[in-house]
Amino acid sequence: MHFNLTEEQRALAETVQRFLAQQYGFEARRTILRSAEGWSRETWGKLAELGLLALQIPPEHGGMAPAAIETMVTLDAMGRALLVEPYLSSAILGSALVGALGSPAQREALLPAMAEGRRVVVPAAGEAGARYDLSRVATTARRGGAGWVLAGRKAVVLHAPAADLLLVSARTAGAVDDAAGISLFAVPARSPGVRLVPYPLIDGQRAADVILADVALGADALLGAEGSALPALEAAWDLGVAALCAEAVGVLQATLDATTEYTRTRKQFGVPIARFQVLQHRMADMLMHLEQARSMSYLAAMVATADDLKDRRRKLSAAKVVVGQACRFVGQQAVQLHGGMGVTEELPVSHCFKRLLAIEASLGDTEHHLERFIMEGR
Amino acid sequence: MDLNFTPGEQAFREEVRAFLERHLTPPMRRAVLEGLHVPPEETVAWQRLLHAHGWGGPNWPTEFGGTGWDPVRQYLFEEACAAAGAPRLLPFGLKMVGPVIMRFGSDAQQRRFLPRILSGEDWWCQGYSEPEAGSDLASLRTRADRRGDHYLVNGQKAWITLAQHADWIFCLVRTDQASKPQAGISFLLIDMKSPGVTVRPIIMLDGGHEVNEVWFEDVAVPAENLVGEENKGWTQAKFLLGHERANIAGIGSSKRELERLKRIAAAELKHGRPLAEDPFFAARLAQVEIDLMALEITNLRVLSAEAERRTPGPEASLLKIKGTEIQQALTELMMQAVGPYALPFRVEALDGAFAGEPVGPAHAAPLAATYCNMRKASIYGGSNEIQKNIIAQLILGL
Ligand SMILES: Cc1cc2nc3c(=O)[nH]c(=O)nc-3n(C[C@H](O)[C@H](O)[C@H](O)COP(=O)(O)OP(=O)(O)OC[C@H]3O[C@@H](n4cnc5c(N)ncnc54)[C@H](O)[C@@H]3O)c2cc1C
Repeated sequence: MHFNLTEEQRALAETVQRFLAQQYGFEARRTILRSAEGWSRETWGKLAELGLLALQIPPEHGGMAPAAIETMVTLDAMGRALLVEPYLSSAILGSALVGALGSPAQREALLPAMAEGRRVVVPAAGEAGARYDLSRVATTARRGGAGWVLAGRKAVVLHAPAADLLLVSARTAGAVDDAAGISLFAVPARSPGVRLVPYPLIDGQRAADVILADVALGADALLGAEGSALPALEAAWDLGVAALCAEAVGVLQATLDATTEYTRTRKQFGVPIARFQVLQHRMADMLMHLEQARSMSYLAAMVATADDLKDRRRKLSAAKVVVGQACRFVGQQAVQLHGGMGVTEELPVSHCFKRLLAIEASLGDTEHHLERFIMEGR
Repeated sequence: MDLNFTPGEQAFREEVRAFLERHLTPPMRRAVLEGLHVPPEETVAWQRLLHAHGWGGPNWPTEFGGTGWDPVRQYLFEEACAAAGAPRLLPFGLKMVGPVIMRFGSDAQQRRFLPRILSGEDWWCQGYSEPEAGSDLASLRTRADRRGDHYLVNGQKAWITLAQHADWIFCLVRTDQASKPQAGISFLLIDMKSPGVTVRPIIMLDGGHEVNEVWFEDVAVPAENLVGEENKGWTQAKFLLGHERANIAGIGSSKRELERLKRIAAAELKHGRPLAEDPFFAARLAQVEIDLMALEITNLRVLSAEAERRTPGPEASLLKIKGTEIQQALTELMMQAVGPYALPFRVEALDGAFAGEPVGPAHAAPLAATYCNMRKASIYGGSNEIQKNIIAQLILGL
């Protein structure tokens, strides 16, 4: 057993960190957040050049998957920089779904373009009332016209406004909460009948509700076999959980660093506030949360694509629970220890706090994963 | 021991409820009950309405135009107002500078300033903190130098809540540079329209503008605006901080928020069933409800001790810590209750007049912003760490 990175992995981590440190500082990120689109195509292009958009894409389509550790170190670096581009949604979830379900023709049409940064492809799986259940799908797809007709509403679709293509889960058979009968469709974002209600999320990333009003699609819009998309969706989400855990560790590290740094320089009562033992203990607790989260993000990376489903799910849920609790504690305490400055938008700490908040509530919150951990253990 | 309110107190509560039923219009309630922004005009309008009824000073003695209610009645009044969704009365005049002027001010100051607080004519803000003087308030540096019949004020205050609407600011200023930190401080009332006063917004993490920097550049303040003796301002500051914390437990508003949380949990679904029936969620909700139940009784114990002793003691620190922990836990649970729809953040949807296209259930719109915003509660009014220092030193004698 060992926890060492290979020479190449370490080099990759350094490259990504250096690139983001140089080009994606606090002010540069702010400018991106305030822009109309809310993400930077230029940054996206550079991520493609660095090969980072190809980490989930198999070599025959221009990628380098499988790359669990590479993904982990990349997301850690992105977490530190609070990257807002559609990496999780397109480069992780989108790539995984196309790779798992796409026909050779669909994969060839999409994956190289995704690796090169020319296409943004994001899943649209959530619905109102479904919370974090991927199997609760009310959106329908019926055969009609030249292929399929989709109708329904997808909720809080991360990075939908940036997407060229949406991967929409829709029911082709069964009751609203059946595991069987869910299919995945590739829906061009600008198809007639597709309407987006766009908005920023609390952490500044963009999302939208996607309204599908009898959207007519060709027969080739279906990805994978009819009615059996759920396992691939769940597998992609598991991969996403591992990625999110790695990102969280990066954000947590940046948050703790900002806090130790601030308390060393901020003086009250004639001394740096870091001298107060109660704050030292608080930061010690933050560090323990971070290290436990880091351990679980390693575990998550190692099992993200494992074949033993029950074991994989239990471990990924355990990781998300530990990470979610760390996000909560470290985020709140970092703000607290910054005093009034912590609740302004002026310093990075509140931006970290909000990203940690969003991570905790993405791909299943702590409670969802606690429940899944229990259920999978039965 | 008897934990019931007396028949007189119960009748009083009914009277307040009936009043609220009659005078609080549904649009006024809605913003508060749904967690939306309450426009400043509404707050002023509510103060005026209460004043017209003789209730403009719920915590003031009758000699200054107040209601003369004892602490228990004040508590019942606040609780009923909070439950009904009344706009929160501004504490800066009623609970802060008002009591200071009553206790330390001259007759002329009392006649000049107090009636205008009751009537809602003057909006006050609190100018204590500075960039370098937060928890360590006594290290403040804004200076006031006596020049004949006026003071010349220079310096910078920070974190001043709602200064952008204020007519007046009460400030702690340094009038003696030589003496020990606490000794050279005075309590000064400054007209916000004075030449040399500049207000600059500080934008909060939820994008809101509720705090400000206030700069003073050679601001001439008439010497008659000094409250009490020169260099004795620290006494007044401590007196005021006690009052500021007295109702800080926020029991009434937390009860209201608990009800909102329950409504949300009943409407939200998890695995197709109401979230309220989910054992994980129900347990967390129950925990907050139980904490609040305990704090309500603790609060009443402190109030009844206060009724006898008259000045709030260090127990107020306990109320502040537990009260803010509960307020924050409630915002956290509300956010959690709505799942993915907690994350959309549309500032415009926080305005009661918003008529745009909704996303998700209407109750979800303000939750993330409120959660972020309420992190302030454990920081302002003396941070919770400072409150624990007070408990350790003044209650435990450590
Ligand atoms: C939303 C908001 C509204 C406000 N409104 C007003 C207002 O209207 N008027 C006004 O005058 N002020 C106002 N304040 C200021 C508020 O009182 C200060 O923010 C508060 O006193 C903390 O000071 P600080 O922000 O400088 O933090 P600091 O004092 O720098 O504290 C930073 C951290 O160190 C901790 N710390 C400091 N000293 C100790 C110690 N001895 N032991 C242990 N821990 C310690 C604190 O608890 C905190 O966690 C407001 C603040 C906020 C956030």
